[in-house]
Amino acid sequence: MLRFLIARLGQAALVMLAVAAVSFLMFRFVGDPVAGMVREDASVQEKAELRQALGLDQPVLVQFGRFLGRTIRGDFGVSYRNQRPVAALIAERLPATLELVLMATLLSLALGIPLGVLCALKPDGVAARLVQAVSLIGISTPTFVTGIVLILTFAVTLGLLPSFGRGQTVQLGPWSTGFLTVSGLKALVLPSITLALYQLTLIMRLVRSELIDVLSSDYIRFARARGLSLRRIHFTLALRNALMPVITVTGLQIGSLIAFAIVTETVFQWPGMGLLFIQAVSFSDVPVMAAYLLFVGLLFVLINTVVDLLYAVVDPRLRVKAS
Amino acid sequence: MSAAPILAIDALRIEYPLSEGGTLVAVEGATLTIAPGEIHALVGESGAGKTTIGNAVLGLLEKPGRIASGAIALDGKPFDPTKPGDIRLGRDIGAVFQDPMTSLNPLFTIESQIVETLRAHLPLDRRAARARALDLLRAVGMPEPERRLSAYPHQLSGGQRQRVVIACALACEPRLLVADEPTTALDVSIQAQILDLLRGLADERGIGILLVTHNMGVVAQIADTVTIMHRGHVVESGPVAQVLRRPQADYARALIGAVPRIDVRLDRFPMLDGVNQGNAETARTELRRRAGTQEIAAPAADAVPLLSVESLVVDYGAGLLSGRGSRAFRAVDGVSFEIRPGEVFGLVGESGCGKTTIANVVAGLRKPTGGTIRFDGKVIAGEAAAPRVGRARRAIQMIFQDPYSSLNARMRVGHILAEPILFYELARTRAEAAADVDLLVQAVGLPPETAQRFPHAFSGGQRQRLSIARALGARPRLIVCDEPTSSLDVSVQAQILNLLKDLRDATGLTLLLISHDLAVIRQMCDRVAVMRSGQIVEMEESETLFAAPKADYTRQLLALVPTLERIRGEADIRHGG
Repeated sequence: MLRFLIARLGQAALVMLAVAAVSFLMFRFVGDPVAGMVREDASVQEKAELRQALGLDQPVLVQFGRFLGRTIRGDFGVSYRNQRPVAALIAERLPATLELVLMATLLSLALGIPLGVLCALKPDGVAARLVQAVSLIGISTPTFVTGIVLILTFAVTLGLLPSFGRGQTVQLGPWSTGFLTVSGLKALVLPSITLALYQLTLIMRLVRSELIDVLSSDYIRFARARGLSLRRIHFTLALRNALMPVITVTGLQIGSLIAFAIVTETVFQWPGMGLLFIQAVSFSDVPVMAAYLLFVGLLFVLINTVVDLLYAVVDPRLRVKAS
Repeated sequence: MSAAPILAIDALRIEYPLSEGGTLVAVEGATLTIAPGEIHALVGESGAGKTTIGNAVLGLLEKPGRIASGAIALDGKPFDPTKPGDIRLGRDIGAVFQDPMTSLNPLFTIESQIVETLRAHLPLDRRAARARALDLLRAVGMPEPERRLSAYPHQLSGGQRQRVVIACALACEPRLLVADEPTTALDVSIQAQILDLLRGLADERGIGILLVTHNMGVVAQIADTVTIMHRGHVVESGPVAQVLRRPQADYARALIGAVPRIDVRLDRFPMLDGVNQGNAETARTELRRRAGTQEIAAPAADAVPLLSVESLVVDYGAGLLSGRGSRAFRAVDGVSFEIRPGEVFGLVGESGCGKTTIANVVAGLRKPTGGTIRFDGKVIAGEAAAPRVGRARRAIQMIFQDPYSSLNARMRVGHILAEPILFYELARTRAEAAADVDLLVQAVGLPPETAQRFPHAFSGGQRQRLSIARALGARPRLIVCDEPTSSLDVSVQAQILNLLKDLRDATGLTLLLISHDLAVIRQMCDRVAVMRSGQIVEMEESETLFAAPKADYTRQLLALVPTLERIRGEADIRHGG
């Protein structure tokens, strides 16, 4: 197990190095940073001094090394736009996004798995057909359309729920949470539904097809021949086998939910990282963009590693190969 | 036999309603009874309906199949398997399926799978169920049962898994056991153990066993009575010795005749080869004329070997990426043999003995770790070998085991067969290649319109004919056949083996035949090498080897193979006191 863990962490470190390199190159691709910093009439002398002060006269590899050093210490530079450390900006926005994604994931699992099971066990039933048809709509409607329709219905017409923002938040140390106030929870409803919809459909369809596969396998036939109750066969034996790929997909989807909550956050003006990134893009705020890139990369690597480890917990066959 | 039969099936008819209306009758008028302690074998080729009957008794018919008429009774009490009332699956009827690799759920321990079966039917607490599970594992002869309880299925060997499956089936002391091909996926030595186990259960506990199988040898070895089925109908039924020795029905005679014999070598399998035989003859003569150069001579001992393999070593898992901790597995360990031109050389052994690895190395699909292979005097594998690419591969072709996955389902047969001809530039134009394809199709005894169709239009046996035609298309001098008939029915196997023999006689081909089936080897091969754990145990002229095996391992293998020659109750060799 330990060797497996070390190997996975080694791979993760390599991937992160590559991501860091890309993010470092971003600074160089968008042009000469010095030109953007100095007055228009600065002399060559002044520019050279600034260049030296910033370390930009050093060879690329040395610069990359320094960039890595700063990054590891958590220093992502200072935002061009609002002149604050990028790390602080991200830390401020992170809770909003994470809470939104957590909510959306729970929602999609809580609904997706039972619906998928329903569709697999009673494929010809009315309910299953209805769910299948609706899920097709769910998977093919773009997030911004869903969001806007939800806002129109529940915020504008019915006036039940807020249409933007996080509502009131409570500060728990560095973490600002919306879970503890009524307005915070109400504000969470529409965005999390919007974000969850696609994943819900995905999980439902995955559970359905996996379960149908597993139910036709020899060991389920054998379980039936042993006279076990249908409930035990379906929900204890078959579902556990069917959930294996769901773990992977959910894990990977959490990554993309965090990384690409951008659209939902924009529609609902949710003060999360996505909104921060969109604003950074429109102001060419390179340090924020680079940090965001690094963060998203780190997220995916972490999630993939955790998913692999989880797999080893659930599937005994992997445990043996690993150890 | 005075007691009520354990299982009585009376005039059973099983139908599958078809979606376009109409019904497919899978089983019609099947009647059989099983007395306490009796093993009743249900045999037939694929599509005979034998498995369908087993599934019907277990209430596991695939949808939309249904029992249309007839009755099934257990211990004299009629019951409907789809609506388990008094009689319960798992408690009163146990089941053992073919593949022990897939019968057990990979995510749960052995203990949990046996205990859940026990607790589904009996009022046992966890501790009592566990103790019972341990007893069951002991009863089925599982080594170190305490340790196996906490094991997962993948940690057990195939034979051990089948023991667990049988333990599950026996958990609640059923009256009847339905065993569907219980040993087909196992090696002969393990098969022998499992068969002994089943026989013991019938003798000691008086369990009735319905044994569904295609293997006549298995029937001869352990069954008391046998029912032969063909296309859903019972063809013949009775005591094993009577049915196997003096079959009355034509089909029963043909089926039993097609079983390869291990006691004596026959020139051909005694059966009709079907149509197109006349065309096939001329086509083969033409093939031989085109191949040109070789003269066919009886394989002579002093001939220069066509293929010579010298101290071949193949390791698995020694590559760069396999990680530091992993040790290489030596699949082939210093094997040497020679194949003379025009001879059929057999490699036989149990699974994991390295025979398929050798086939792959000879065919150039895998590089050896050590040793050399010479073909026609030139080194083709080993240290000094030039890389075998492109046309260098032409002279050695291969036929694979599974005819379903070895033909590209998206290409027409004509295209599949023309590919090697064009690749090796054996024809100048596509039209010429197409003419060659027609010839090949005829040579393997298929109708001329074959080339226009896709592989899915053909049965397993026909597909294997196509694989042979494809190999022949390259005009090879050596064909490596890796278990060419082990996924086919016996009558089809007989046809394919006859075809290989005919082609060999007509074109002077040399064959390397790899098989786990000793009877097939005896019928086909001039010389045989017996392998075990990567080494050759014994290599001999085929007739000498089968008549007077020298190595202990060979003798053991020969003794374990269930054959028609040893029928239970006739001359009790193995079970005799």
